[in-house]
Amino acid sequence: MTSLTELTISEALDKLRARELSSVELTQAHLAQIERYDPHVRAFITTTPELALAQARAADAAYARGEAKPLQGIPLAIKDVLSTEGVETTCASKILKGYKPIFNATAVQRLLDAGMVMLGKVNMDEFAMGSSTENSGFFATRNPYDLARVPGGSSGGSGAAVAARMAMGALGSDTGGSIRLPGAFCNLAAVKPSYGRVSRWGLIAYGSSLDQAGPMTRTVADSARILQVIAGHDPLDSTSMPAPVPDYLAVLAQGVKGLRIGIPQEYFGEGLQPEVEQAVRAAIAQLESMGATVQEVSLPHSKYSLPTYYIIATSEASANLARYDGIRFGAKVDRGDLWQTYKATRGQGFGDEVKRRIMLGTYALSAGYYDAWYGKAQAVRTLIKQDYDEAFKHVDVLCAPVSPTTAFKFGDNTADPLQMYLADVMTISANLAGICGMSVPCGFDAAGLPIGLQILAPAFAEDVLLRVGFAYEQATQFYKQAPRLLAD
Amino acid sequence: MSKWKTIIGLEVHAEMLTATKMFSACPVVDSVEAPPNTATDPLSLGMPGTLPVINHEAMTYGLMVGLALHCEIPPFNQFARKNYFYPDLPKGYQISQYEHPLAVNGFLDIELSDGSSKRIRIRRAHMEEDTGKLTHVGDGSLVDYNRAGVPLLEIVTEPDIFSSEEAEAYARKLRAILQFLGVNHGDMSKGVLRFEANVSVMHESDSAYRTRTEIKNLNSIRSMVRAIDYEVQRQIELYERGDTVKPATLGWDEAAGRIIIQRYKERPDEYRYFPEPDLPVVQMSREWVEEVRARLPELPDKKRARFVEQLGLSAYDAMVLTLDKAVAQYYEEVLAHGVPAKSAANWMTGDIFRLLNDHKIERENIASIAATPAHIAKLIQLVESGQINANTARKDVLPLVWAEGQDPEAIVKEKGLAQVSDEGALAAGVAQVIAENADMVQSYLGGREQAINALFGKAMSMFKGKANPAIVKSLLQAQLDALRNV
Repeated sequence: MTSLTELTISEALDKLRARELSSVELTQAHLAQIERYDPHVRAFITTTPELALAQARAADAAYARGEAKPLQGIPLAIKDVLSTEGVETTCASKILKGYKPIFNATAVQRLLDAGMVMLGKVNMDEFAMGSSTENSGFFATRNPYDLARVPGGSSGGSGAAVAARMAMGALGSDTGGSIRLPGAFCNLAAVKPSYGRVSRWGLIAYGSSLDQAGPMTRTVADSARILQVIAGHDPLDSTSMPAPVPDYLAVLAQGVKGLRIGIPQEYFGEGLQPEVEQAVRAAIAQLESMGATVQEVSLPHSKYSLPTYYIIATSEASANLARYDGIRFGAKVDRGDLWQTYKATRGQGFGDEVKRRIMLGTYALSAGYYDAWYGKAQAVRTLIKQDYDEAFKHVDVLCAPVSPTTAFKFGDNTADPLQMYLADVMTISANLAGICGMSVPCGFDAAGLPIGLQILAPAFAEDVLLRVGFAYEQATQFYKQAPRLLAD
Repeated sequence: MSKWKTIIGLEVHAEMLTATKMFSACPVVDSVEAPPNTATDPLSLGMPGTLPVINHEAMTYGLMVGLALHCEIPPFNQFARKNYFYPDLPKGYQISQYEHPLAVNGFLDIELSDGSSKRIRIRRAHMEEDTGKLTHVGDGSLVDYNRAGVPLLEIVTEPDIFSSEEAEAYARKLRAILQFLGVNHGDMSKGVLRFEANVSVMHESDSAYRTRTEIKNLNSIRSMVRAIDYEVQRQIELYERGDTVKPATLGWDEAAGRIIIQRYKERPDEYRYFPEPDLPVVQMSREWVEEVRARLPELPDKKRARFVEQLGLSAYDAMVLTLDKAVAQYYEEVLAHGVPAKSAANWMTGDIFRLLNDHKIERENIASIAATPAHIAKLIQLVESGQINANTARKDVLPLVWAEGQDPEAIVKEKGLAQVSDEGALAAGVAQVIAENADMVQSYLGGREQAINALFGKAMSMFKGKANPAIVKSLLQAQLDALRNV
């Protein structure tokens, strides 16, 4: 019998529903996996084994009663950017140490309502600012495919936990690529939903106009299952879309015959690791062989997406992070005097990257600079969105690499923040445009590191995205290649 | 005439007293009565991950005010973040409106004591959320977040106000409008309505505005008037001795009756406004605007005009009766009992206002007095029908109605105050007074006309004030005339 931790969510649900397996067994297997591997991988900030087992017992009792909610008894991990009632939620920042929210994020609540077993909260770049999880205020998470390398970021804990089979799936969040990049680095199916598809209530804000929570799993079908549960309008989030959610599982197997795929030429230029380009081009050829048509398209404003993003996201962050003053929640460095307390709390509580982005955003919004920076960035954002609108008149999806390279080594990009920012160059514009995107495993480089195929689809066309991802995944099955770590 | 002119712009913060807060389902409570921090929720406390949702009722209230102030309602408005650190601001930014306010380019006509009226232009009115409330105790401060997130409408005038009298008239009129609309009860002591005055002075030789200062913490309209007068004087004195006025935020110490300089502004405030990404732009459909316009209640100006045109009141009476919603309501309830409008107006603006003053009751709290509109109407009817005279009504009946809310008719019956109108009895009494005061009569007949007043007084007191004064007067005149012709 294969190990319980090798099961996909779909497989586990079949066994749970058939009563061949209990959620308690499944949960215990994952808790054991965490105990064994997490000391090496360091994905979890907080584990909640007692809560998980209680939820597993409740799931088993529900199965015994004949209930079968969509994710009943499935052990998942939650990125520590999502609020969990009564469970410490830190955003991997010292400034939120000890903070236990009094409410659940809507995405979390919907998973709980669907029967999720919550294993714990996973690591990330502090406040989701970073591409390697090295910016965590607590510790770095390692890539299960090579412990000397980063898992990507900012949802690196989510990626590593799922890749190391410590959780069957995880929620991540994506502001500029933070789901897709660790998805690619950790050989996962990982979906960044369209802006407005998943409620942001309880998702602790970094860049409010860009943030979206989404699933990270080993298979596309598993992501579809999670997305099905968390998607949909929420009256608590005015930016969530009041539109019906399609049945994602039902469309998965419809194939790609006749589907039009666009290849954005700007994504295949200089700086692309040759193995990444080969793998992605091979993936596109594969899709073509399955009946899709392929054409080149242009996204002429792509080159401005990085600076545009770093103005808009940091401006929003400079306001979003103003509330962390140590007075009402989280960690406080008391200096008696209020302003000294503010300064000490924020000075010690925030890491360097967070401070850098708060300063960038504060500057961009300053009187006299607003028009030149924030105003201009918003104008360019519109142009970037129009590029996609134009492209999607001709094609149904776009295919590109997720990242120019495979997972890099710890410290490789930390000396120069700009170098680190470049890791997101291929993912960022989807957030600016509000469209949806995903990463699907499409091979490995010579060092055995995973490569991700990025698929982009118009806003609220997650069904198309998943269909393409599923067809490709079923044809290639790269997802089955487990990390070396697990073979040791 | 002074060489200096006063220039004032007023910024008014009016809470919109909706059931729930501006951006969440948290209830709005009386911030003085409710125990601190009992009306909060994750959003009011600025907890991470919370998101605002626009309160439609609050937008409707704001729209009502905008329309009442004759503003243009742009086709859309947009919320923006106003960034600053302060312990009463839990998110570190206030959700306000900046580039695209709810209402622009309106006006408010005010009436001045010389009978003239003046138009004060309204620059803009925008929606925002209120902050928490700080209380300073010993070496620290306490924060109450009950108020944090309460809908707030900021109404900004052009610098069209040229005296503290005009500022007062504007404040009272605006407060009346808010009350008439039912969006704010106007009780400044509870902080639901707050005025800030931007004050500068201009020399007759100036061609441009001079530096202005901003006075905050004005807890009553009276304080605002005193603070403006004080600040104008301070600025003039500074200029006249060759100093300059520095841009500053000022406070007003009501007890000491003086301005306190809270901080000088080295440079303009830097709030780093940007559009609120958590909220959609608010589309103001023409249907919505027109529907709200159609539902606006009768406002002070319209009511005042109706009181003059239809009820025949003087302009002054009509104005004072419409300055407070509660007063207008009280007056109209008195009228509903079928008493003449002018008599009722006289009783209201005379005796009732005097009693309110004597008992230090604000006119806006008239509904709380023991005497009901029905009582006052009955009292007026007793006078009008001649059952008691006005003096008895004022001196003997009204005090009991006022103090204990007794029925005037019962008082008249119980105390035997009914007016004597029996001409026979009155004629005999008048004859007796003439007989007993021969010297006064002689004096009158000798040409001292005012002697008749003394005789009238004697006759009235003979009937213990209950005689019908009109009949007594005519009988006295007739009997004296008869003597003259002898």
